[in-house]
Amino acid sequence: MDIVSTHQKQKMHPHKFVMWIAIGSIIMMFAGLTSAFIVKSNQTNWNPIDLPHEFWFSTAVILISSVTMQLAVRAFKQRAMTTYRRLLAFTLVLGLVFVTLQWFGFQNLWSQQITFSGGGAGQFLYIIFGLHALHVLGGVVALLVMFCKAFFGKTKLYSAVPVEVASIYWHFVDILWIYLLIFFLIIGG
Amino acid sequence: MSEAMNIHPGTTAAVAVHHDGHGHHQSFISKYIFSQDHKTISKQFLITGIIWAMIGGLFSVLFRLQLGFPDQSFPILETFFGHWAKGGHIQPEFYYALITMHGTILVFFVLTAGMSGTFANFLIPLQVGARDMASPFLNMLSYWFFFLASIIMLTSLFISTGPAAGGWTIYPPLSALGEASAGSIHGMDYWIISMAMFIVSSLLGGINYITTILNMRTRGMSMTRMPLTMWALLFTAILGVLSFPVLLSGVLLLFFDRNLGTSFYLSDIVVNGQILPNEGGSAILFQHLFWFLGHPEVYIIILPAMGIVSEILSVNSRKPIFGYMAMVGSLFAITILAFLVWAHHMFVTGLNPFLGSVFVLLTLLIAVPSAIKVFNWLTTIWRGNIRFTPATLFSIGFVSLFISGGLTGIFVGNSTIDIHIHDTMFIVAHFHIVMGVAAFFGMFSGLYHWFPKMFGRYMNNTLGYIHFWVTIVGAYLIFWPMHYQGLAGMPRRYLDKSGWASFNQFTELDKMITIVTIIVFAVQLMFVFNFFYSIFKGRKVNKLNPWGATTLEWTTPIRPGHGNWEGEIPEVHRWAYDYGKDGRDFIPQTEKIGENESKH
Ligand code: HEM
Ligand SMILES: [Cu+2]
Repeated sequence: MDIVSTHQKQKMHPHKFVMWIAIGSIIMMFAGLTSAFIVKSNQTNWNPIDLPHEFWFSTAVILISSVTMQLAVRAFKQRAMTTYRRLLAFTLVLGLVFVTLQWFGFQNLWSQQITFSGGGAGQFLYIIFGLHALHVLGGVVALLVMFCKAFFGKTKLYSAVPVEVASIYWHFVDILWIYLLIFFLIIGG
Repeated sequence: MSEAMNIHPGTTAAVAVHHDGHGHHQSFISKYIFSQDHKTISKQFLITGIIWAMIGGLFSVLFRLQLGFPDQSFPILETFFGHWAKGGHIQPEFYYALITMHGTILVFFVLTAGMSGTFANFLIPLQVGARDMASPFLNMLSYWFFFLASIIMLTSLFISTGPAAGGWTIYPPLSALGEASAGSIHGMDYWIISMAMFIVSSLLGGINYITTILNMRTRGMSMTRMPLTMWALLFTAILGVLSFPVLLSGVLLLFFDRNLGTSFYLSDIVVNGQILPNEGGSAILFQHLFWFLGHPEVYIIILPAMGIVSEILSVNSRKPIFGYMAMVGSLFAITILAFLVWAHHMFVTGLNPFLGSVFVLLTLLIAVPSAIKVFNWLTTIWRGNIRFTPATLFSIGFVSLFISGGLTGIFVGNSTIDIHIHDTMFIVAHFHIVMGVAAFFGMFSGLYHWFPKMFGRYMNNTLGYIHFWVTIVGAYLIFWPMHYQGLAGMPRRYLDKSGWASFNQFTELDKMITIVTIIVFAVQLMFVFNFFYSIFKGRKVNKLNPWGATTLEWTTPIRPGHGNWEGEIPEVHRWAYDYGKDGRDFIPQTEKIGENESKH
């Protein structure tokens, strides 16, 4: 038993902690979906798919966006607000480009008769990639809010926590994408 | 601070007057409706939960009427429910809708949202010594998502094709095809959308609970000084945050199967001679995804009750909890094991027998931490100076029910036995005793105990005693006989079993069960009356610490405002269970360790 009086230790900021647990949750959702994928890939009538090239472009885009996000955080910490705003806007646009490219990828697949009917990996792809794109869009909205704040708010009052929380999330959706891509390459192909 | 109660009927929250630490006036709406005060949010969850419990309980009375008196006509049912109860008989579609909604409402809306929403919100900041949750805003959203989920589910009860009717476990293809049942035409979509909102609510809540416990404890409140309620609510939240998303993914796929022609769960189905185009789907896949949540879910329901019971038994027998670290350890073990046993719900699905035996082993392992907890509760009250308040009685009742139902868990956990009794009334008996009723007992216990802190008044004790005795005797009378019915092979979820000669022996028994159900339900209404009456008219609390408890919530003002403590948050110097130490009745957590104080 802990009898010695312990003083509260310096802890992680609660909002960051909230984000990490939320990420755990999101991981579980995608784990559910990808394990469903594995189960189904062992069934009859399984049609594997080839990933259209749009997804490679989108991968490049989201990777770059992670870098710009990181640079934005650094700029914020150095109080280089103009650079920060620019990088934030750039990240945001890259996020939108990513989602658009995903959409083109879906259209490409759909035009190859890979639709919701019948069995196969295609159905999963739409749902899993679609859900991931929604998470990216959620991040875009968050960045938009921060961008507005950076423009209209009194910058001096800010703490770095919201920016850091946003960047944790942004890197997470990036890594999640890489995981999903590799997953589909290995098991879906 | 004003002592007056400020009650606004017509809102879901009835709250003690607000002490505004920042000195500015708050509008009615931000104070009672879109409040970010964890205590108000807790009451919102509680009252919404009570409303749901009455609806869900009423449903069970209705379908018990059918099971107890299958041949009798109750014209009043037709008056209320029209063609769903044609000729005063509950129609098959109605029956399935009733049992499905009964299960959904009680498992999710009452014992998950109602239970965790109420006690996690109320107790966590108060007991760890925080002014509020880590993110009061997300916390408020958590309630409003629950509210939205409630409205959607409630709406589904009134649409012409009726609510979901595929059982609370919503297995496809029953839940996937409108051809399978009326409830699957539209009601099931409402169910899915409602549950999606519900899951968002429980995630927002759970994330907050975890963060607050791990990150916001007051000075001196090390993890091992926390009351066991905190540990239980922490593990509950962890279970929820990791398992609900999997259900979300499962129902998402179901939604696509229903509405967009995918075949995740459907394959080779023939309806009225027509072959459906779906191919390659697996209904078993759904069961895996469902039970990966479903089993942790039963612990999401029971762990808060375990925490509450640990706390209340210790306070009311004026003895430290026996085996604190063993209690924490067993909560931890249960949490881990909860993720590893889901397939024990699927022994009859053609599961590979080797895999089955692994799940049998892991399942039976849960009996170990469960037994540790039971023995610790018993040793806690052993030779204690027990105060038999309604809260204590409900806690003792909890232990009794948990033992009774835990023992049948060992039956059903063995696949060799389970294959015979799966989907029979035995299962209904098992899980109602161990989970349904037991969790309710934990909840009642907590409400009687913390009511003074919540509303600044006491509940009526006499009504409390009646409530306890009728409920415990009634619960055993209702559910114990179902074991025998199940062993005799009587299936669950059947509308009418009178066609089987072998079940005729249970006709009278079924009548008895139904009559007791009605009585027990009536007594719950009495409890609800006691609850609301006491909010307005109960005896006022005039002591800070009426139960003589060590924990921090009793160091706040009788009616704490937003921010909980008027001055500094107190510092903690000891664990939560210094009862009967060194000749003293109790020593609050805020008291410094004395020079010559003995170790516990
Ligand atoms: C000693 C521990 C326990 C064991 C070994 C055990 C085992 C099982 C097994 C094997 C089943 C599946 C039976 C079947 O469908 O054929 C089952 C059903 C169930 N158990 Fe337990 N159980 C235990 C404790 C609990 C506890 C503590 C709870 C809740 C708090 C619980 C809640 C349920 C529920 C809700 C179901 C039925 C779900 C349904 O089919 O609708 N069990 N249990
Ligand atoms: Cu289980």
